[in-house]
This record gives sequence, C-alpha cells and structure tokens, in this order.
Amino acid sequence: MAAPALELRGITKRFPGVVANDAVDLTVRAGDIHAVVGENGAGKTTLMSILYGLFPPDEGEILVGGERVRFGSALDAIRAGMGMVHQAFRLFPTLSVADNVVYRAEPTRGVLMDRAAALRSVAELAERYELAVDPEALVETQPVGVLQRVEILKALYRDARILILDEPTAVLTPQERDRLFTVIRRLRDSGRTILFITHKLGEVMAVSDRVTVLRNGRSVAGLVTAETSPEEITRHMTGRSVDLNRRAAPHRPGDPVLAVAGLEVTGEHGRTAVDDAAFTVRSGEILGVAGVAGNGQTELIEAIAGLREAAAGSVTLGGADITRAEVADRRRAGLAFVPEDRHRVGTSHLASVSDNLLLGHHRHPDRQRRGWFKLRNVRAHARRLIETFGIKAGALNNPVSTLSGGNLQKVVVAREMSHEAPLLIAEQPTRGLDIAAIEYIHGRLVSFRDEGGAVLLVSAELSEILALSTRILVMFEGRIAAELDPAAVTEPDIGLYMTGAYLEREKGGAPGGRKGGQDG
Amino acid sequence: MFDQLFDGALVDSVMRAMIPILLAALGGMICDRAGVFQISLEGMMLAGAFAAVAGSYLAAASGLGVLFAVVAGAAVSLVLAFGAVSRKGDPIVLGIAVNLLMLGMTGFLLPQIFGVRGVFAHPRIDGLDRFAIPGLSDIPLLGPALFDNTIIAYLSLPLTAALWVFLFRTPMGLRLRGVGERPQAAESLGVSPTVYKYWAVVSSGVLAGLAGAQLALGNVVQFAENMSSGRGWIAVVAVMLGRAHPVGVLGASLLFAFSEGLGFRLQGNGLPVQITDALPFAVTLIALIAARKRFARLLDLTTAG
Repeated sequence: MAAPALELRGITKRFPGVVANDAVDLTVRAGDIHAVVGENGAGKTTLMSILYGLFPPDEGEILVGGERVRFGSALDAIRAGMGMVHQAFRLFPTLSVADNVVYRAEPTRGVLMDRAAALRSVAELAERYELAVDPEALVETQPVGVLQRVEILKALYRDARILILDEPTAVLTPQERDRLFTVIRRLRDSGRTILFITHKLGEVMAVSDRVTVLRNGRSVAGLVTAETSPEEITRHMTGRSVDLNRRAAPHRPGDPVLAVAGLEVTGEHGRTAVDDAAFTVRSGEILGVAGVAGNGQTELIEAIAGLREAAAGSVTLGGADITRAEVADRRRAGLAFVPEDRHRVGTSHLASVSDNLLLGHHRHPDRQRRGWFKLRNVRAHARRLIETFGIKAGALNNPVSTLSGGNLQKVVVAREMSHEAPLLIAEQPTRGLDIAAIEYIHGRLVSFRDEGGAVLLVSAELSEILALSTRILVMFEGRIAAELDPAAVTEPDIGLYMTGAYLEREKGGAPGGRKGGQDG
Repeated sequence: MFDQLFDGALVDSVMRAMIPILLAALGGMICDRAGVFQISLEGMMLAGAFAAVAGSYLAAASGLGVLFAVVAGAAVSLVLAFGAVSRKGDPIVLGIAVNLLMLGMTGFLLPQIFGVRGVFAHPRIDGLDRFAIPGLSDIPLLGPALFDNTIIAYLSLPLTAALWVFLFRTPMGLRLRGVGERPQAAESLGVSPTVYKYWAVVSSGVLAGLAGAQLALGNVVQFAENMSSGRGWIAVVAVMLGRAHPVGVLGASLLFAFSEGLGFRLQGNGLPVQITDALPFAVTLIALIAARKRFARLLDLTTAG
C-alpha cells in the first residue's frame, strides 16, 4: 500500500494549564475524505493549527507522503502541499477576490503585479472546480458561501494536495452546505485528500470515508464511516469519563417558574440560531438541555439571561414578562446565572475573590449604606460563602485569577446560588473540572432543586444531562428536537436527536444519502 | 482683497508649508496601510531637523545634513517599531513619548553641542540649494514656487506617485495592505506582519527625517527649538483625512499648507497673529472630526498580529 498522504504520530501540545493535544495519532489515506470529530475543546483546532504550521507541537512528528516534515510557518505547510480553510475566514475584506486568492503568490510582469493574469487564473480555477466567484468583486461585499469558495480557491491556487476544512459548515445554510459537499467530493475525485473537521455527526456520515474521534485532546477512535453509526461515534465523542448515578429520582415539581414561548433568536451572521423554542421550567425540577455544541443552546441561554435580543416570542419569569427586560431587572425578577465561560463572563479576573463573591450582592442593605460599602460585612459575606462552598481561596484580597478552575467555578456557583433566586441557569457548569469538583457541583444543583429551585441546565456532556435532569430537551439546528424522560432513554436515543438522525429515520431514508446530488 | 492675496508669494509659501507635511504624511500613510498607528511623526521630524543642521554644520555640506536627518528619523522610528510592533505597547502612549522626548532632547542638545539657546544659525550651515528649471520656472504665478526649488521638494511629488504604484500595483504593496487589514490572514499565507510593520515604520522615519531636513535646510537655514511646531501632528491628520491614499494625502497636505500660507498672508493684512496662527489647527480639528472612524479602527489594528 502506498504511504499515507498524511500521518501524525504522538502529537502533543500543552498550553498553560491544559494539554490541548495528548499524543494524538492520525493517519489519512491519500484520496480520502477524512473526518476529524470531537466536541468543543477536544483539541481539533489546535491539531489543525499545528498541521498548518501556525505553532509547533511540543512532541511528536508529522509525515507528509511518508516524509517527515517540520513546519516553521504556514509557508512551510503551504509548500508541503497543505491548504487550510479556517473556521473564521482569513480574508482581506477591502481587497478583491482575485487579490485575496493570489496574495503572497502573485503573478508578476517585471516589478509590477500582473493583474490581468491574476484575474484570469482565478476565473479559470473557479470554472474548473465549479466554485462560482466574481474575481473582481470586493470580498466585503460577498456572502459567506462565496467567501468559503474564495478560501478553497486560495488553497487550490497554491496547488494544495491536502485540504483542511475546519468546521466548514458552521456558517452555511443547508443549501450552501450541500453544495460544499459536492465540491469536496469533486476535489477528492480529482486526487486530493480532504481533512474535514466537524462536530456534526450527520455531516460525517454524509461525506466522509473515514473518521478519527478526538476526546479531551486524545485520539480515541479511528473508524471507517461505512462500518460505523452516529451512535457509535457519539459514544466515542462523549465517553463515560464521569459515570455518575442518576440522581433525578426524588422530586416534586411545583409551579412553573420560567416559561418560554415561540422564542426566536438571531445568531452570528444573521442566521436563525433558535427557532420557535417553547418550554417551561417548574420549581423543584432540573430541565436538561442536550445537544451538540453550536445548535442554538448558547443563543437560547443568552436570550433568557438578557445578553442577546430575542427576535420573536416571549420569556416569562415568575409571572413577569422579561422578554425585553434589562439584565438587572431579570435578576430582580429572580434569575441567577452560571455562565459557560467562567474566566471571562463568570468572573472579573483582575478583581479579588471577595469582590467577585460580592458582585450582584453589592446593593444589599447589609453590605452598603448610601453607596458606601460596609467592608466588615462584605468580608463576612465572602467568608461565609467560602466556608459554605468549601472554596480554597487563600487570602480574600487575592485576585480571583489565582484560583484553580474548580475553585473558580465554585466562586461563581456560590455567588449565584446565594441569591436564592427561584431560577438558576447553569451553562456547562462542570466543563473542564476534575471529578471531585464535578460531584460537588452536581450535589449543589440537586440540593438546590430539592429546596424548590428551578434549574435550567445546558450541557454537552450527555452523562451530566442524564445524571441530573428530571426532563430532557434536545436541541438540533436551533429547534427543540425532542422532550425526553431520562428514566426511559439511553444515550444512543438522545444521540439520535442530537445528530438529526431522527429526521432521516422518520423520512425512511439513509442518513445523508440524498444530499449528494443537490446543488442550491 | 482676494486679488491681493493670491499671488506668487502665496503659492510659494503654500509650497514651503506643504513639502514637510506631505513627506511626513506619506510616511504616516505607509504605516497606516501596514496597520500601525503612527503619531511620532512630529518627534521624528524635529529630530531630522536637528540632525540636518548638525550634519550640515559639521561637514559644511547640505548632503551630509540630509543623510544625518534620514538616519536620525529612522533611528527614532525604532522606538515605535519595537514598542508597538514587537512589544505590543500602546502606539499612542509611545508616540506621545517620542514626541516629548525629541522636543526635550533637541532642546537639551542645542546648548550642549552648539552653545546656544533657542535658535542656532551659523554661516557654516550649508542650506539646500534651489535649482531653477529653465523655462518652467518662468511660468507666471506657479513657476517660481514649483520649479525653482530644493531637491527634496522636487522629489516629493514623484515620490507620491511612486508610492501609489507601490501600494496598488506591486506584490509588496498588496502584501503591505493585507498586513494592515488582517494580519492573521497575511500570516496564514506566510507573510510576516512584523517584518512589514517594521519596514513601514522605518520608512516613515526616513520620510519624516527628510521633512525635517527640508524644514531646517530648505525653508530656512537654521535650527530653532520646536521648529516642527505641530507639522507632524498635522501630517497625522492629513493621513486620516486623505484616507491613507496618496492622492488624498496630497490633497489634505495641500489643504493644510494652504490654510497655513493663507494665515501667513492674512497677518500682513492686519488680522491678529493669534487668529492666523490658529487657522491650520482649526482646519485640522474639523478634519479630525471628519476622519474619526479611521482613527478608532487603527488603534485596534496596531498591536494585532
């Protein structure tokens, strides 16, 4: 057998505090469409950046066509035949399509650029691969679907043999996506090798020949697409690193606390991120929202928390309509929020532990009078929370950024829970924490529920959803695909809804089978 | 009254005012295109003026004075290049620091080296010669100003055109513009934003140094403390108002030079000197307000990539 087009051996990359890639192995056969899947934070983008020479690995080696290579910069990778379509496009908005394509590899006549030749070769390339673009148009005037074609043309113009596409469908409409798949297949058939990074299993099944699954920075499975199933891939992606007992059993749901009706939210690039969402969360229950990251969960939570405007529909909290309310008014109406990003949203990282615990409690008459803090009480408040939640914080005045991830998250959870608000939104509350911290936070969420609180839990960890939820909603492409009873479902069942495979099943077609021929 | 104002002398004073502003602004334009917010033009111009006089005095030759000016401008530019590009410092703080430092340093060195305060003029200082181009210099009104001038003045207009060709018709120009717009995109194609930004900043030092030489050896033959007197700042605004395009920068420089020349002439017609001196800055203020969007964008870009 010929040497693989690309082989990674034992690639390891550490960033301060995290191992982004941990001895990753990846073998890509020439002429394959090879999918690399994994959840957010699994190390996909780091791996691709290494592969494209944007930073070097700490350990491990890269072989292209059987030869060992070392990339000092993107230019080395380009010369070795790599081409990359970044998730966030790397284009120059005020330059023309042709200028963007030929940049750094410009045709010249004497010392001047040969602009006619640039326009001609871009037009030819676009025609040959049916990537319709206007070479003279300014990039900033073009829609995202076209921009992606420009990115692909950039790689083809440099004669890339191995094309890396990082989450290429994230910004595309379904029609544009189908069109992209057609292009990818055509490129494979012309002898190129495609590396397709995604977390959407439907796309893996529809377009890839082989799959490598990354989890927590490691390559955990290498599969042949035709011989596997979305359920099997889901199992590899989510793993069972935390196998907690289901704690949902004893609960007495009470009155509705949060009611969402017909909610529509616009996400990045003006696409509809949440489409007609409707549900209620009652006191004494944990409503778990499952879904592969990027299916509208973030936007849904932001709209409820007041960080993003709702395009349509209503959000009612404790009987009051808060659809268009200010964040402070939502908080007063009884909303507490543990956000996904504890470093940038959940805490103010330069402020002290004590100040971070005070945030949102600072108007309490016990802690201030006429705008002046009662420092003794402020410190007592901080000490009380530190003790109650077992936060290892050192001095109260230390910057909160000196805390470990688990203790930082406890600061956020302690602060939010001590509001004693009827509704707690917990977004990825245990991501990246060790097992002890996870168990502690899970215990807190359950006792909050048992005391009559309502919890809206969003998690990409299926095990977490199953362990905590009294009811489960599954989001897929902005819609609520299913409402499930955790006592009566298994992970693969949920996976079916998470990946959209249920849609195929309901129609009776094979997953992805019909997508190939469509051209929007 | 207007026919009294618009005469050959006005054209000449506009031209004198324009050359230093234009040269410095062309340097600022290159930096802007490379995504570096360059406000140390004033300090580099002043350093250039001082070095020009020093060099010309030492060798009794204006050529060496110009060389000194260029080297001094380039050397001073490295403060911003290193501070803002390599170390990601705030370009505004660095730029202001350079300007204050050069004002203080030239004021300090003047008595130390030449034993005078305020103004240094000496017969040994060789000024730039004015070359009259036969025939053209006899054109009424415009001729003497445009075609009886210093070598630096003659170079400045072709240089403007050459920079247009460079920016919009050469591969290097395309790469420079790309670096200024999206450094990450340039890097992903193998173009180093750092290298391009350094060259852009050093070029602006060379051009601001030349502007200083024109000021101290062309317009007059002496060094006076703070003789750049805000021209570097006006050049910064000319870059913004001219949208960092050679034609726009030329037009903006002409506008400011015209308001300066006109102010100068109005003094002769009895307007208080405080008002006429303020005229170029009033025009600058209006221009700044008009160009505020570009200002905000550049602040973000300078330290990126």
